[in-house]
Amino acid sequence: MKTDDLITMLATGVAPVAPGLPARRLGAGLFLGALGALLLLLLGYGVRPGLAQATGDPMLWVKFGFPAALAATGALLVLRLSHPGMRLGPLGLGLLLPVLAMLALAGAVLLDAAAPERTELLLGGTWKSCSASIALLSSPVFVALLWVLKGLAPTRLRQAGASAGLLAGAVGTFVYAFHCPEMAAPFLAAWYGLGMLLPALLGALLGPRLLRW
Amino acid sequence: MERIRIQTDGRALADMQAAEQRLRALFLGGLAGDAQAYHAFLKDLGAHVRAFLRRRLQALPDEIEDLVQDTLLAVHNQRHTYRADQPLTAWVHAIARYKLIDLLRSRGGREALHVPLDDDLEVFARSDTEAADARRDLTRLLAQLPDNQRLPIVHTKLDGLSVAEAARASGLSESAVKVGVHRGLKALAALLRGAT
Repeated sequence: MKTDDLITMLATGVAPVAPGLPARRLGAGLFLGALGALLLLLLGYGVRPGLAQATGDPMLWVKFGFPAALAATGALLVLRLSHPGMRLGPLGLGLLLPVLAMLALAGAVLLDAAAPERTELLLGGTWKSCSASIALLSSPVFVALLWVLKGLAPTRLRQAGASAGLLAGAVGTFVYAFHCPEMAAPFLAAWYGLGMLLPALLGALLGPRLLRW
Repeated sequence: MERIRIQTDGRALADMQAAEQRLRALFLGGLAGDAQAYHAFLKDLGAHVRAFLRRRLQALPDEIEDLVQDTLLAVHNQRHTYRADQPLTAWVHAIARYKLIDLLRSRGGREALHVPLDDDLEVFARSDTEAADARRDLTRLLAQLPDNQRLPIVHTKLDGLSVAEAARASGLSESAVKVGVHRGLKALAALLRGAT
């Protein structure tokens, strides 16, 4: 087939395209992925007791706010990276600021504490299972986001995969926070941070292989 | 032959900006369903992409026309990812460059690491309407698609039937025809990738 024939074929009977399709696809993927994570939480973990009484504790807002901020940045990154030629602008700051704020808070808490308490603040009672649980809860979101990206056009596959992994990790962390009893900033910085970093690394690794189009 | 424009004066830039405006208007028409505008857009775009790739694939001249077709099909299949608030050059350039790097990578060469990050406007800098023959035959690849994708494409895109007529001719529902065209063209792009 000659190129002119291909062009005629593509143009013949061309269907109109509704604007805003990529954002709707991302919304649908996030909704389904988060629903999957929530189901896993309810079936496998359950919501921690006393959550409603803890709403007065500012650390509870840090605990949900940290993954929520990274999820917001992650969603914008995924959306931009799936549009060819879109610049990322100052989105790097959206990653840097929550991470730096969390690390600063964790550092301040550790410095403030007496030396024997520091291990407890960092490891809590659940450090062994925390990051793995987050990774598990992230997996439905991760799969949903791969579906989102397969229908769009990422041209930087490693970054797109990493952003999808980060977003999946952040949503998984947010959902896991309903179960997790830990409230210490050092714990959250370390294990929530690791829980989000691992899917991001996996995404960076898989992106170039899975997202080709 | 390639129409070479001298870059040093302001005319080249003005030409590229004129191309951006013209192509963008045609493309937006195409996105709204205007087949004639879309045809003119693809034709003009093909010439620009050909000139762009010809300069960057001097070592692989046989690949150029295949990659032009690949890029046009990619532009078509991914056209819903263009945002009207974005320069068309940036969008087209990112796709053409991605397809170029993907080809070089799949050939295992290290050239993919050295594709220059040129200015977005570059992609509309030159135009080349002399199409060589593609090595791969799209018609043969099209024949490999399953019926529920191949028939909708043949009826609506080659024979020019409407969706309703194609539905009657193929025994599929109208929405199955639309989905079949969409999936079939994506499958064709995947076959093209596999054939390189």
